[in-house]
Amino acid sequence: MISCRNVSKSFRDHKVLNKINFDVPEGVIVGLLGPSGAGKTTLIKILTGQLLSDEGKVEVMDRDVTKLKGADKNRFGIMMDQFGFYERFTCSENLKVFADIYGIPQSKVTDSLKDVGLEGASKIKASDLSKGMKARLLLARALMHSPKIIFLDEPTSGLDPKSMRAIHEIILKRKKEGCTVFLTTHNMDEAAMLCDNVMLLNEGTIVENGSPEELCRKYNRDKKIKVSLSDGVTKEFKQMGQDKHELADLISKGMIETIHSEEPTLETIFLELTGKKLQED
Amino acid sequence: MQKILVIFKKQLRDTVRNKTILIQFILFPLLTLIMENAVTLDNMPEHFFTKLFAVMYIGMAPVTSVASVISEEKEKDTLRVLMMANIKPWQYLIGVGTHVWTICMLGALLMSTGLPASERPFFLTVMAIGFIISVILGACIGIASRNQMMATSLVMPVMMVLSFAPMLAMFNDIIKKGATIFYTQQLKTVFDEMSWSTFSAKNITVICLNVIVFVLLFAVLYRKKGLE
Ligand SMILES: Nc1ncnc2c1ncn2[C@@H]1O[C@H](COP(=O)(O)OP(=O)(O)OP(=O)(O)O)[C@@H](O)[C@H]1O
Ligand SMILES: [Mg+2]
Repeated sequence: MISCRNVSKSFRDHKVLNKINFDVPEGVIVGLLGPSGAGKTTLIKILTGQLLSDEGKVEVMDRDVTKLKGADKNRFGIMMDQFGFYERFTCSENLKVFADIYGIPQSKVTDSLKDVGLEGASKIKASDLSKGMKARLLLARALMHSPKIIFLDEPTSGLDPKSMRAIHEIILKRKKEGCTVFLTTHNMDEAAMLCDNVMLLNEGTIVENGSPEELCRKYNRDKKIKVSLSDGVTKEFKQMGQDKHELADLISKGMIETIHSEEPTLETIFLELTGKKLQED
Repeated sequence: MQKILVIFKKQLRDTVRNKTILIQFILFPLLTLIMENAVTLDNMPEHFFTKLFAVMYIGMAPVTSVASVISEEKEKDTLRVLMMANIKPWQYLIGVGTHVWTICMLGALLMSTGLPASERPFFLTVMAIGFIISVILGACIGIASRNQMMATSLVMPVMMVLSFAPMLAMFNDIIKKGATIFYTQQLKTVFDEMSWSTFSAKNITVICLNVIVFVLLFAVLYRKKGLE
């Protein structure tokens, strides 16, 4: 669905993206992870034809993205955090404008609002919406014309867990219907839960990519085990080497209360690869 | 065509809610009606206020509204959403332009109620031409501005010159000389007589030059910045 070849982009002398390469097959959710300033938004803009790359080539649905026609654009659904609304219009009036543009029936407006759980808010002015509601309205607008390919730039950043879950469900539902989703985030739990594939972006290069499980297995070199003992102490062991005897000893003595394997998360992988945290805490 | 209509409809819905623009639309027509009925001075020319306010209306309302609409959509990034939904820049500009022009024509119609019926077609035709020129100028400012703040600060001086110069020209000869290079001053002299025969070669040349300058300015700005 998306093919990105050797894409580079600089703003003046600052190289934001450096030879980015990847492919996104149809029907999957791909997540682009990276800390703030990594170039995620810039990449989405290039993929959607809002920005020209300095080098390289992007094809979406086998078309050069710089030469998209009207019909192609109608198969795109785009949600960017800086996109705004007509603030003097209500939720449903905002969507009506786009229903008219896409030539889809007005009944679709009510359906779209229901899909994102805003049916009760249809008469509220866009400027009076809460942050979570705004995100859902943005999503409704991006999805109302049933696009085949969906680009979401930090769809859940700064939202409460409930709104976040609601948005995850909407995204997963679209995937079931056969849509391809490309999203950015700096929340690794979100990426691990939603994405079939993740790409870790750092300082303009993709430092690693694969399915979340694959990556966690790959970086699970130490195979660490964490145990809490009946005397209240917590200890970490490596399965290999010296540690295994002590561990076996503890088991035979019946000292172990709980035992967990310590697999790396996307967060720790990112830290290992770049020495940086994804999210400031 | 359908896309232009969508933009037109969107703007129409916004007209009554957008207070800053609504005031622009109704201020001068309302002032005209009030002043024409309330104030009568000795040896004041006939329909003095209608003619004066008509020119000020041309120089103010369309420029301000078009610039404000375009710059607001840029600031809120709704313009980009429209472009991503496959609205072409020219469809957007024509939609916004025709909406503002139409509303201004309604205002002009209201202003013309004080004039004798025989003068109304002339008056409205000249107003229509003036609004078109002002809409182009407003679009230039909208395209040149990154946000509403910038649009307002650009509109202010332009509006002052276009609207107030014709008024001040009545009292001051130097201003009158300077003001002749602007289409609003030319339209003012045309309105003073209210007949086609007052269109002199000079009137027409100055107005055409104004149009050429604005269209060129528009072309340059548009090619440089587009609707980004
Ligand atoms: N129009 C621009 N002009 C100059 N520099 C820019 C421009 N847009 C982005 N940048 C720079 O490019 C870098 C990457 O920005 P980008 O918005 O893509 O990051 P991001 O990964 O989306 O970050 P965040 O998670 O904060 O949204 C930043 O250093 C930013 O300053
Ligand atoms: Mg970003």
